[in-house]
Amino acid sequence: MKDDHSSAPRTVPIQSATFSNPVNAEIRRAAATGIYDIRGGGAKRKVPHFDDLLFLGASISRYPLEGYREACDTSVTLGTRYAKNPIKLDIPITIAGMSFGALSGAAKEALGRGATLAGTSTTTGDGGMTPEERGHSKTLVYQYLPSRYGMNPDDLRKADAIEVVVGQGAKPGGGGMLLGQKITDRVAQMRNLPKGIDQRSACRHPDWTGPDDLEIKILELREITGWRVPIYIKVGGARPYFDTTLAVKAGADVVVIDGMQGGTAATQDVFIEHVGMPTLACIREAVRALEDLGMHREVQLIVSGGIRTGADVAKCMALGADAVSIGTAALIALGDNDPKWEAEYQKLGTTAGAYDDWHEGNDPAGISTQNPDLAARLDPVEGGRRLRNYLKVMTLEAQTIARACGKNKLHNLEPEDLCALTMEAAAMAKVPLAGTDWWPGKPGTTF
Amino acid sequence: MQTIDMATTSLRDLNATLQAQAEATNQTAWEIVNPKGSHAIAVGLDAPIEVTVKGSTGYYCAGMNKQATITVNGSVGPGVAENMMSGTVIIDGDASQYAGATGHGGTLIIKGNASSRCGISMKGIDIIVHGNVGHMSAFMAQSGNLVVCGDAGDALGDSIYEARLFVRGSVKSLGADCIEKEMRPEHIALLADLLERGGCDAKPEEFKRYGSARQLYNFNIDNAY
Repeated sequence: MKDDHSSAPRTVPIQSATFSNPVNAEIRRAAATGIYDIRGGGAKRKVPHFDDLLFLGASISRYPLEGYREACDTSVTLGTRYAKNPIKLDIPITIAGMSFGALSGAAKEALGRGATLAGTSTTTGDGGMTPEERGHSKTLVYQYLPSRYGMNPDDLRKADAIEVVVGQGAKPGGGGMLLGQKITDRVAQMRNLPKGIDQRSACRHPDWTGPDDLEIKILELREITGWRVPIYIKVGGARPYFDTTLAVKAGADVVVIDGMQGGTAATQDVFIEHVGMPTLACIREAVRALEDLGMHREVQLIVSGGIRTGADVAKCMALGADAVSIGTAALIALGDNDPKWEAEYQKLGTTAGAYDDWHEGNDPAGISTQNPDLAARLDPVEGGRRLRNYLKVMTLEAQTIARACGKNKLHNLEPEDLCALTMEAAAMAKVPLAGTDWWPGKPGTTF
Repeated sequence: MQTIDMATTSLRDLNATLQAQAEATNQTAWEIVNPKGSHAIAVGLDAPIEVTVKGSTGYYCAGMNKQATITVNGSVGPGVAENMMSGTVIIDGDASQYAGATGHGGTLIIKGNASSRCGISMKGIDIIVHGNVGHMSAFMAQSGNLVVCGDAGDALGDSIYEARLFVRGSVKSLGADCIEKEMRPEHIALLADLLERGGCDAKPEEFKRYGSARQLYNFNIDNAY
């Protein structure tokens, strides 16, 4: 008599962790189309981040401040090294560079309105400065980019600071692209290129090639602007110690480090997910470079890439940054990826929270588009109000934490206020693993 | 004629003085002596003045010029007349890398040779070179005209957009998406004007025209190979 196996337990189907459904889907998509995936935003993969750090708060050895009443200064001054007119901000949360072209005019206006109400700065992007942006931003940082689209000395002199962009966290070593769908007459005119063609933003500057050249380039920029405004240098998070050192050597007033969670308007997904370092891994190395040069707090450090909350802001301050910059979070505050547009996201083959085809210009929220009908969905006044509120909440959150740590100024937060939840975060942030006095690589220890 | 001696005047004071000249200034003629190869000489000017530099300069001479006519009685370092908006810059000698980079307008005349990346990312400037240009010249050139009376190096016009390139001598190689194009009567007329403005002893008919094949204007993965 044969055994009957029909009712025997069966091996449960197991999905491969290596060949997961999303991986397989991407292989099938690549096989069908022959083109790699282009998208906006920053790294979506999980990497060690600020969530892996905790504040210790006050205890017997620390004296807290009253949460709502006692002063906790949030102001910051940027560009104190050489500029005659440093930037003075009420809060240490700035708005990152995003171009008119990538964003609609109304979105740029909303960013300017919100930032100005909150007492902070906005930043131009590839394509140059628009009158609307200048008009609505009390403090405007002008990006000096490899493409030099829209670059002219008149706008340069209208800026409150200049940011020489060497790279960005989403694509260190890579240029950008603005696909033809978003090249309207106005965008094309600003960039001196035909309407409707895909515009490439160069990956390297056309007229300098290394730190020695950069030093002379900065001299030229200072001579043209009368040494009035600060000059920032922005780099993608890749070699933060050396890049910070070279930026200071080249004469930067401010160094901006953008980690891999920092967004872009459009580039290859493989670039976003596989090039660059997490923001958390960049901060202490940049600070170490400044300290080795005796320039910490003399040359200010701005950190960006995945900043979402006041806790993230406070953690950056504690690790030694002078300010942070937000891009993606600011767009979400304006309405990007809002579930109220879910039906339209579905039509685009995506869902609220996952929409990242910013380069296609079909943004239901009317932010990353040049389509006038879509752009009309964003009221710049209401958008400005929302951004102001969001910046206010982040600031209150950061103050709450700082007071709990006994600090009457955000910048008095220090690494000793932190512990890490994971070995990786402890190593990157150089703060103790929770419950220990140790982190991997701590001087005087072995691992 | 106003003379500024860089042996006794700082770069800052030199540029501040020249930048302060108003549109209607009657002090239209300026001479800079002892430039000593300094960087960023006569940058950011915005008045119809005439500036003569008596000697060679370093990087970024005449950078972002508007309206002014700047003549260098010598050679220039990298990035001469970078991002020029208008006006005229004349170099009696040779120019190093990136001459006229990203220039939006105006005319740059180089009476000697220009090194690599001449006219890189040019956006409307006219560049007239009496001698040769080095490799990667007119890389990503968007608009404007580059005239080369001598030879051009490797990868001329790589990833070019709508700029027009005219070369009288040999071209070592053309860059991606750059092709030779027909010289039609309007191009002969345009080139004749450019040669006259540049003071070149050459005939338009001796030149070949190069420009974009427009095959890279829309993104295609095959471009990466």
